[in-house]
Amino acid sequence: MGLLRTIRRTALQALPTMFGIVLIAFILLHLMPGDAVDAISGMSGSSSQETMEEMRAAYGLNDSLPVQFIRYVAGVFTLNFGMSINYSAPVLDVIMERLPATLTLMFTAFVLALSSGIVIGWAMAVFAGRWVDRLLTAGSLLLYSAPNFWVGLMIIVYFSAKLQLFPAGGAETIGADLQGWAWFTDRLHHLVLPSCALAAFFVAIYARLTRAAMLEVLRQDYIRTAHSKGLHPMLIQFRHGLRNALIPVTTVAGLHLGNMLGGAVVVETVFNWPGLGRLTMNALAARDTQVLLGILLLSSIAVIVTNVLIDWLVSWLDPRIRS
Amino acid sequence: MSLLATDPNDRPRLRLPKSLRNPLFVLAVIVLLGVLVMAVFAAQIAPYDPLDMVNMPFLWPFADPSSPLGTDQLGRDLFSGIVQGSRATLLVGFSSAVLGLMIGTCVGALAGYFGGWVDIILMRVTEIFQTMPTLLLIIVILAIGNPSIPLIAISIGLAAWPMIARLARAEFLSLREADFVMAARALGYPTGRIILREILPNALPTLIVGASVLVANGILLESAVSFLNLGDPNVVSWGSLIGNGRTQIRSEWYLSALPGVATVLTVLSLNILGDRLTDILNPRSGERS
Repeated sequence: MGLLRTIRRTALQALPTMFGIVLIAFILLHLMPGDAVDAISGMSGSSSQETMEEMRAAYGLNDSLPVQFIRYVAGVFTLNFGMSINYSAPVLDVIMERLPATLTLMFTAFVLALSSGIVIGWAMAVFAGRWVDRLLTAGSLLLYSAPNFWVGLMIIVYFSAKLQLFPAGGAETIGADLQGWAWFTDRLHHLVLPSCALAAFFVAIYARLTRAAMLEVLRQDYIRTAHSKGLHPMLIQFRHGLRNALIPVTTVAGLHLGNMLGGAVVVETVFNWPGLGRLTMNALAARDTQVLLGILLLSSIAVIVTNVLIDWLVSWLDPRIRS
Repeated sequence: MSLLATDPNDRPRLRLPKSLRNPLFVLAVIVLLGVLVMAVFAAQIAPYDPLDMVNMPFLWPFADPSSPLGTDQLGRDLFSGIVQGSRATLLVGFSSAVLGLMIGTCVGALAGYFGGWVDIILMRVTEIFQTMPTLLLIIVILAIGNPSIPLIAISIGLAAWPMIARLARAEFLSLREADFVMAARALGYPTGRIILREILPNALPTLIVGASVLVANGILLESAVSFLNLGDPNVVSWGSLIGNGRTQIRSEWYLSALPGVATVLTVLSLNILGDRLTDILNPRSGERS
């Protein structure tokens, strides 16, 4: 019963959003100067007017806009995002090839940001108003205000150029041809600096959120009840405080997924990370519109799906929302 | 009444609230005023054109009094670059925030005041824009047109308004039921007047505080866009300076570090300002003293 209602609610919320995003992508596609045929003939040197007209007819570019739009929607829902003119391959394949690198970076940064953000935010709430809180608040405000690419560059200056602890770019040692454990540690070694640069901003967000949520929770009646029951304060902090405070933090973490993807694009550029960020910049340089829109659409789908999952997770964690 | 006024414990009305007398807040205001003055009088303050080769290349900061912050690989003055760059950076930050404030307030006001299906549709649209990764949307918009300062500001404004829309909706939802709005409705005021003249002035403080976050975000996004070389190549901004220093980051790291410090200080001040003003408007969140 409850599950069916959740699924219905999700479908009612997520599908119109998805449809709207596809519409915007379609409008953006038609605002671009030139169409796919212009781009293809530009790549192949030149084509006669006749061949271009033939290609337009073959690609269906002469159909009316509503017909083209319906075809576009059908394409997106079957994960067909068109062809990349730059790579002469389906956009989905081009993106999927780069996706693992970006997901690795994002996942590492996310775990790093969430865990340290929660610990810092918890410390801020426990010491609220005292110097530990003030210091951490100032620190997180500083991280919150710094552009991630600049943080990345400064990390390179100190940890790579000066201390020579970590490599400044790339995802692996080129030409090393490592196997097994050595391969894994090499990848990990390359992952440290970019994921720290990407995580910095989100550490600040999660810390501030955790602090606010903890202070809110610690005011609740059930915390007083727990204290009067004589439970150990540490136990109350963790089992009753932190656990309930994590619910809003989880929700907001999902909302920030899109931001993190945008951040990853920039951080990847700084660290020459072979992921979606570099693909975006290449697509921009080559005016590869379909790839750009494909990245925008796929990442939007990813954000929607993640938020639906988090919605379910939260309603499972918090019985108050279920009703 | 007169008894109250003579009460020694009664604070004079014009005294600044406690959170406004906080040293950090005062410092933030000073920094922002300084940056503002720098941007307005950039032509008078900057000794050189930031795109002109005026000195030896790779002068370190403080090495030569005529280029106090050093020079880049082409001998261009970094101090002039930072001063002139503040213009583009602040211009994009503020104009994108104004655009975001206008779109967001319109959408949020209509959704909050009318409710029902207007609310449902407008909030759906808001969610669509909130779902798309901001920076990717900006990049796609910039790929369509020629990169210029106005287009960057417009694209950031178009991507950033949902936050304001949500704020405005919440304000209008609660103010719609307020007594003075009921009174205005009972007097037969037209809806447009109730929205613009009765509710909006009361919602505006919250929205403007929200917009201070938009300015900070706008500056960060502009610097990312210029860093990625998507900006106008003939206009110097802090982001483009950081990007320019990237090629020799291992040796002449000051070329990226100093414009970054300027960015961080400005954005930090805006965030402190926004935080403090939020505390004042919403005393419940002011837990920190």
